[in-house]
Amino acid sequence: MVPAINLTAALVLSGLVVLATGADPLAAMSALATGAAGDGASLGYTLYYATNFILTGLAVALPFHAGIFNIGGEGQAYIGGLLSALVCLALGPSLGSAAIPLAVLAAAAGGALWALVPAWLFVARGSHVVITTIMFNFIASAVMTFLIVNVLIAPGQSAPESVPFPAAVSMPSLGPMLGPSPLNLTFPLALMLAGAAWIFLRFSRAGFEVRAAGANPHAARAAGISVGAAVALSLTLGGALAGLVAVNELMGAQHRLLLDFPAGYGFMGIAVALMGRNHPFGICLAALFFGALYQGGTELSFELPQVTRDIVVVMEGLAVLFCGALENLFRARISRWLGHEASA
Amino acid sequence: MSDAGAELLSVLAAMLRLATPLVLAALGGLFCERSGIIDIGLEGKMLGSAFAAAAAAALTGSAWVGLVGGIGVATLLALLHAFAAVTQRGDQVITGMALNILVAGLAPVLATSWFHLDGMTPALPPTARFEALTLPGAAAFSGVPLLGPAYLRVISGHNGFVYGAILAVALVALVLHRTRFGLRLRAVGDHPQAIETAGISVAWLRYRALLMTGVLCGLAGAYLSIAAGAGFTRSMTAGRGYLALAALIFGRWRPLPTALACLLFAVADAAQTRLQGVALPLVGVVPVELVSAIPYALTVLLLAGFVGSSRAPRALGIPYARGR
Amino acid sequence: MSGTAAVVELRGISKRFGRIEANRSVSFSIARGTIHGLIGENGAGKSTLAHILYGYVTPDSGEIRIDGRPAVIRSPRDAMAVGIGMVHQHFMLVDTMTVLENLMLGQERGPLLARGEAAARATLGSFSSAKDSRIDPDAVVETLPVGLKQRVEILKALHRGAEILILDEPTAVLTPIEAAALFEELRALSRSGKTILLVTHKLKEVMAVTDAVTVMRHGEVVGELETRSTTPAALAALMIGRAPRPPSKAPAAPGAPVLEVTGLSAVDAQGIRCLDDVSLVVRAGEIVGIAGIAGNGQSELIEALVGLRPVRSGTMRLDGEDIALLGIGARRRRGLGHIAEDRLDLGAIAGFSATENALLGRQEGADFTRRGLLREAAIRKTLEGWMQAYDIRPAEPERSFSQFSGGNQQKLVVARELERRPKLLVVGQPTRGIDIGAAELIHARLLALRELGAAILLISADLDEVRLLSDRILVMCDGRIAGEVPAEAADESRLGLLMAGAAEAA
Repeated sequence: MVPAINLTAALVLSGLVVLATGADPLAAMSALATGAAGDGASLGYTLYYATNFILTGLAVALPFHAGIFNIGGEGQAYIGGLLSALVCLALGPSLGSAAIPLAVLAAAAGGALWALVPAWLFVARGSHVVITTIMFNFIASAVMTFLIVNVLIAPGQSAPESVPFPAAVSMPSLGPMLGPSPLNLTFPLALMLAGAAWIFLRFSRAGFEVRAAGANPHAARAAGISVGAAVALSLTLGGALAGLVAVNELMGAQHRLLLDFPAGYGFMGIAVALMGRNHPFGICLAALFFGALYQGGTELSFELPQVTRDIVVVMEGLAVLFCGALENLFRARISRWLGHEASA
Repeated sequence: MSDAGAELLSVLAAMLRLATPLVLAALGGLFCERSGIIDIGLEGKMLGSAFAAAAAAALTGSAWVGLVGGIGVATLLALLHAFAAVTQRGDQVITGMALNILVAGLAPVLATSWFHLDGMTPALPPTARFEALTLPGAAAFSGVPLLGPAYLRVISGHNGFVYGAILAVALVALVLHRTRFGLRLRAVGDHPQAIETAGISVAWLRYRALLMTGVLCGLAGAYLSIAAGAGFTRSMTAGRGYLALAALIFGRWRPLPTALACLLFAVADAAQTRLQGVALPLVGVVPVELVSAIPYALTVLLLAGFVGSSRAPRALGIPYARGR
Repeated sequence: MSGTAAVVELRGISKRFGRIEANRSVSFSIARGTIHGLIGENGAGKSTLAHILYGYVTPDSGEIRIDGRPAVIRSPRDAMAVGIGMVHQHFMLVDTMTVLENLMLGQERGPLLARGEAAARATLGSFSSAKDSRIDPDAVVETLPVGLKQRVEILKALHRGAEILILDEPTAVLTPIEAAALFEELRALSRSGKTILLVTHKLKEVMAVTDAVTVMRHGEVVGELETRSTTPAALAALMIGRAPRPPSKAPAAPGAPVLEVTGLSAVDAQGIRCLDDVSLVVRAGEIVGIAGIAGNGQSELIEALVGLRPVRSGTMRLDGEDIALLGIGARRRRGLGHIAEDRLDLGAIAGFSATENALLGRQEGADFTRRGLLREAAIRKTLEGWMQAYDIRPAEPERSFSQFSGGNQQKLVVARELERRPKLLVVGQPTRGIDIGAAELIHARLLALRELGAAILLISADLDEVRLLSDRILVMCDGRIAGEVPAEAADESRLGLLMAGAAEAA
């Protein structure tokens, strides 16, 4: 009940912003809604975007349970893209579609690797994870720019992209199900991973150790849990998940390696995780919401040109603000309306 | 004056220019975090201020109006953060993040709507900007060996904001250690109960701290759009707010070390543009794209060598509930 | 009480927290210039009353009169305005600031600190009694010993103009000698006209220093007496409503040595020796108690034994095996159990449920995990068994740990460690801050474990507890073992001398 009211508040304020630009808020909202789920193809796009958000949201949430803030999703996705692209290009011609699982593993490995170094620096040298992961984002960007522009670029072209992957090495499309869209097998994969994450955190011993390390590292250590190992594990798993964004983007949609393909997904993963309260199920819902905004936003800027895509970003910000930080703003008032005693 | 010497001076001058927004934003973050509230929203405040300053300057043609507008918006954002964190006792990380995202979207929307350009403000004429200042005697002393050129190129000829940033470091240190407000601020970030038992309001103290954050971040953002630059463009802060936060953590939440960390980031940034295409010993010519990674790699190396935990304010991030 | 004016008068103070009535129509008065004791066991409501007087909590009903005039106290500021000051059990000092800065806090006398600093220095000068208790104004509080920190707390209250001083469990962190010094100071303050309310659960303190005492039980006042006309036994009976039941202790029959510590030394982060050539032996079926106040190496000894602190030299043998290089988990697997001194910091995770806390430290055992997954049903069933046997209430396994009372929390932690049947149990402050009923149960369980043949090392600041349970008592002072005394011969003055570092009497 309260979350619904919070979301409504966010939407109302967004509508006011739209009004301020001189457009009609209701038209904007309806354009957004139809853009997101008006037809099969749109829904496909929404789910395709949501896939990225599920992955990067989990990438932030898992380390969060261990008490670590992973801001490195962008870089982890980028390096995941590098390794999977290399596998696709090198093994694709000879192995064909048999190379797909290898490429998926390579994407996960790339992301995991890029998270492992900051993790090790934290455990061994006490380096602050926020700083190192930010730095590693910048480093990945520089390295990838260099590689894409100078080494991997398709010969004779100016666009900063690699040679196209062999056709066999692509994630099977789910387009036929809904309508032409980049939606592919990575979406159900992401959902399964979300479920696996939940099982890991809730039911496994390693997940318990991760949560204990995050909740009270002193008590965890006294109980014989290695806090360093728990942190390293959660951060590496998070990196691996972020790396899988490459599978959705490169193997599922673009079929080649592009400059800056993480495009802010890693960063938005933070918002998704926070809105989903770091719970895998909540993250799936939040990812769906953000995916809808992304897709709907494109349609919106099409229909109402004076409202740019940026309005979607505004909505995301308001949603995170009301559902995440100001969530208790209305709680007291609602309780009183419903006749409950106001709690201290 | 040798070539290498001239190069060095040029790098030092660039370092001061590049460090200015970082120092101002980091000092802003210092007030907030020393009071016990996490602030990852420096980026958003800077961006909001940059937009407001540029927009106000464009509409009125006055740089000073722009400055006031920038500071005003940043302060508003800071107070919003305070409301969510102190009064609502909400999650401080989420709030900071939310405000960053909100501003990143709102600024271009308003820019497009008001100025009919894609997410930016029109280029500002010189009257609506802050120009570089020449300190007295710079030309006269330029003949003096070593000191003359240094004075001319490195110390003089900067924007007022640069000198302001240097002054700010000293002022913040002074306020922190020699005033009543500073004493209480240091206490509340470490042990808010001690403040409450002394009969002082924790909430009011934190609101005032965030007011300072707003003012300083406002200066940082305004510098970008109406002093260093000539208008607002989408995402013009380019991660500087996060770098400022990194500098603050690096500097252990103290004014002078934080400023030095900002200088470090800035000098690496300044040096890397000059290293492009230059043959270094051993390595040869480092590819352009990789050179830009040098400041960040350097930071990581320094962090790796940095053994010892950062001494964060002890109550950082914990919402304070009055009474027991 | 008759004849001397009442400076503080409480009438009908009541306060309810949810379903719990913390204070039920409490009425009593405190005469000016006296030291008044407020005594009761933990949970009796005396802390709530103190908080009401200092403005943290507003009573639901009742009246407070100061100097005969009704006073409305809704915040510490109001309390200070009527001259009430408080010396907290957990010091309200900012560790990273100096003594002077702590005194100035709230009394800065202006936006710049010059006048405030002068005023603070004046207070330090006028109240600093001679001897060796001069406090350096520029000392950083963190570096001060506990006794001096408390002095700073008192000075803070006086600097703020307190005429009425409330002290909340002040001797919890002091040696007997430091406590005696504190009492001297309190008497001096009382002679100079200050009124003191001493909130405590320690009978001996009340008998030693107060003029009058109010006894509370279950939120009500059950006795108002003049100290010189009562006895500790009478007060104890009033406090718990029945005669105390000491546990039955079978005669000692120690077996083979389980823990042998030889020449153990360790240094802290500043390079100062916190353990200095410590040697001791604990045999199967015996309880060795270590007496002493925090800060003399006891915590460091526990940490070294458990594996939380590396040692510089010396050996620790568990059943003959040197465990110095083993990790915490490895030591636990070899039969080491640990009840932490601070259950909320080291012993448990406040935000987790009781079930999850039952798992803590046992997450590797085959009884609770299988193939990497947790065996939830098994954990819950075992926990329910403990809740029955240890009378842990409410018996709800999924309830958040933080929602159990202190006594029940501690019983849960104790059950978790004891039921593993460890070979060696290292226990720190097992009954600190919990009610008598829970304390008695825990004592009985520890003795039962002793009879089963476990070796137990007990460290506690509560001398009575140490004397009650131990077969042998070691005293630690300045990181070394100052002396050993068999339980029968351990009287408080002898232990006190050892604790203060005086040479052991022949």
